[in-house]
Amino acid sequence: MHELVQYIQSYLDSPFTPGGAGNIFWATVYILLVFVGLSVAVIAMNWLERKILAHMQVRLGPMRVGPHGLLQPIADALKLLLKEDIIPAEADAVVFWVAPFIVVLAAFTVFVVVPFGPTHAITDMNIGILFMLGVSSLSVLGIVTAGWASNSHYPLIGALRSSAQMVSYEVAMGLAVVSAIMMTSLNEEGQGTLSMIGIVEAQKAQGEWFLFKFFPLGIIAFAIFAIAMVAETNRAPFDLPEAESELTAGFHTEYSGFRWSLFFLAEYSAMIAVSSIAVTLWLGGWLHPFPNALNGATWDLVFSLFPGITFLFLAGMCFYSTVRMPKHPLFRIQTIGLAGFGAVLAVIGLILFVPGVRVRVQDVFWFSAKVAGFMYLYIWYRGTFPRYRFDQLMKVGWKVLLPTGLALLIVTALVGMRTEIWAAIAGGPR
Amino acid sequence: MHAMLDISTLHYLVLGAALFLLGIIGVLTRRNVIIVLMSIELILNAVNLNLVAFSRYWQSIHGASALHGQVFAIFVITDAAAEAAVGLGILIAFFRNKETVNVDEVNLLKW
Amino acid sequence: MIVGGILVITRKNAVHSALALISTLLAQAGLYLMLYAPFVAGVQIILYAGGIMVLFLFVIMLISIERNMKERQFNRQWLVGIIAAAALGGLFIAVYTTTTRGRTLFIEGRMAYGENQNTQMIANLLFDRRAGTYMFAFEIASLLLLVAIIGAVVMAKKRI
Repeated sequence: MHELVQYIQSYLDSPFTPGGAGNIFWATVYILLVFVGLSVAVIAMNWLERKILAHMQVRLGPMRVGPHGLLQPIADALKLLLKEDIIPAEADAVVFWVAPFIVVLAAFTVFVVVPFGPTHAITDMNIGILFMLGVSSLSVLGIVTAGWASNSHYPLIGALRSSAQMVSYEVAMGLAVVSAIMMTSLNEEGQGTLSMIGIVEAQKAQGEWFLFKFFPLGIIAFAIFAIAMVAETNRAPFDLPEAESELTAGFHTEYSGFRWSLFFLAEYSAMIAVSSIAVTLWLGGWLHPFPNALNGATWDLVFSLFPGITFLFLAGMCFYSTVRMPKHPLFRIQTIGLAGFGAVLAVIGLILFVPGVRVRVQDVFWFSAKVAGFMYLYIWYRGTFPRYRFDQLMKVGWKVLLPTGLALLIVTALVGMRTEIWAAIAGGPR
Repeated sequence: MHAMLDISTLHYLVLGAALFLLGIIGVLTRRNVIIVLMSIELILNAVNLNLVAFSRYWQSIHGASALHGQVFAIFVITDAAAEAAVGLGILIAFFRNKETVNVDEVNLLKW
Repeated sequence: MIVGGILVITRKNAVHSALALISTLLAQAGLYLMLYAPFVAGVQIILYAGGIMVLFLFVIMLISIERNMKERQFNRQWLVGIIAAAALGGLFIAVYTTTTRGRTLFIEGRMAYGENQNTQMIANLLFDRRAGTYMFAFEIASLLLLVAIIGAVVMAKKRI
């Protein structure tokens, strides 16, 4: 009995699991935290997408379900859970069941290495960025099997198109990522790193975000990655495989109810995942803007007030909308609900002003703020650009992004090694 | 109880051998060419597992930079990719001619 | 992993075999992580599970015909195959259990170097100017991939 207790205790204390996660218990706690955070983010994304798209199209979006449609995602989730689960008659039941599982697995496993702060990652693998790229390429498998298992031609064509698109843009993504990784090796000790936390630390040590390094090379690499990541996640303007007017929802046509919501969850999680890659590699991860120029105690204080100010601003917006709600007796519940929501946001904002919480939350806040900016960009693209035709899509992927990525890689390598090359040319043979 | 969890290199070698045997059975007994190709991938994986297990053993003797087994494993994976691509190309060309994917029916040269 | 392997060689439906192989490959990547080889695990996931298996699935979808799944799945010489594999297995068992020095291939408890520098050290072996012994193999591998690409494209074209 004592030995059993000791065994359990060794799991709680032992610092050794491959991958440096610490130990299994705390890794599980972190995983649950990330999972909950991700689910909240996906729900918020659903509402935000509908509202922002609506406002861009000069209409109002969902307004009925909760105050300003705030309960709409919950209503959607309830509907999807209660829907009948249809499996097509000729479909292969095992593969049909497994396919959304693979996609969700791929989309969620990526978050194991996403760095929310200098020590706030579930694990800091040595191959962080390689792991993220590889696991996000596993979702192609899920899409292909989903299209195949549906046993009807619209999903199959949609699945093949979608997977061809994802595979092509993975190459462009990989090249842009490699040219950013090369910039991490310009540290003092001359050794680059693939680990996500190491990349952000390299940006901090070199004093500038990689976006602005070797201007304009960083920006071009970022642009290539930004375009490729939109195509990778099958989002507008590259969403031909799931466009409703073209292919009747592509590879997830035959999925209804809960399985469809799994695909939907996986798509939004994949969006957040590739945005996290972009933020970590080019935009400086969890660092506040100007990490080295505006350093020192006072600037740290100023920047650490931002989370609280943001939440108070959101609460202020809620209260303003409460005041402007129609004063009809049927709207009383909505008004009270909105005021309550505003009060909750205000309380969170006030909690974030407490000095102890302020210091800890800061890294996660800046990271989430940058990823939220990317989400806004995604929604903006969806509301603005017309859809690419499939051959135009493949042409952009292979004939435009790939040569640009290769040229960028070579030029970045040359510029990064300019001192060594100059020494080799001017210094003569060794 | 902890002693039971000590996984020595021998365990990995036995697992590699088991996978290799499964791959060999797959190659020798199946008729579908695709399954044969997938069994070849199983064989290559078993070999990789052996290589990486031995590289770990080598590391424990010669210091942490003796990663020759892992580099070899990377090359094996690369070659497996190349060979799978060419094999599937041959399969497609073959299927276009004979309209079957069974290995038994490639018997044009049989007397 | 063993279960995945058995499923690969026994399923009638080629798509089921491919899915079983994917699970085997992912389990293999996990084993590589346990062997403190994270770079090989990452390469396995990207190349094998994310590249080769996608290729396999595409080809299965292109040429898997319904008639094929109702036919006999195993060769006429399946018995000989299993006997040969059993003989090989016997050879393996003989090698692994009767050695004089004892196969205690120790790991010395836990090693000091976890995996912090794994990628960097592999890069040293591959690329270092003075100590890299695998540079030539690297270049040859890239040439081999070029040849494989050309070969696959030529083989699969409709008209050469």
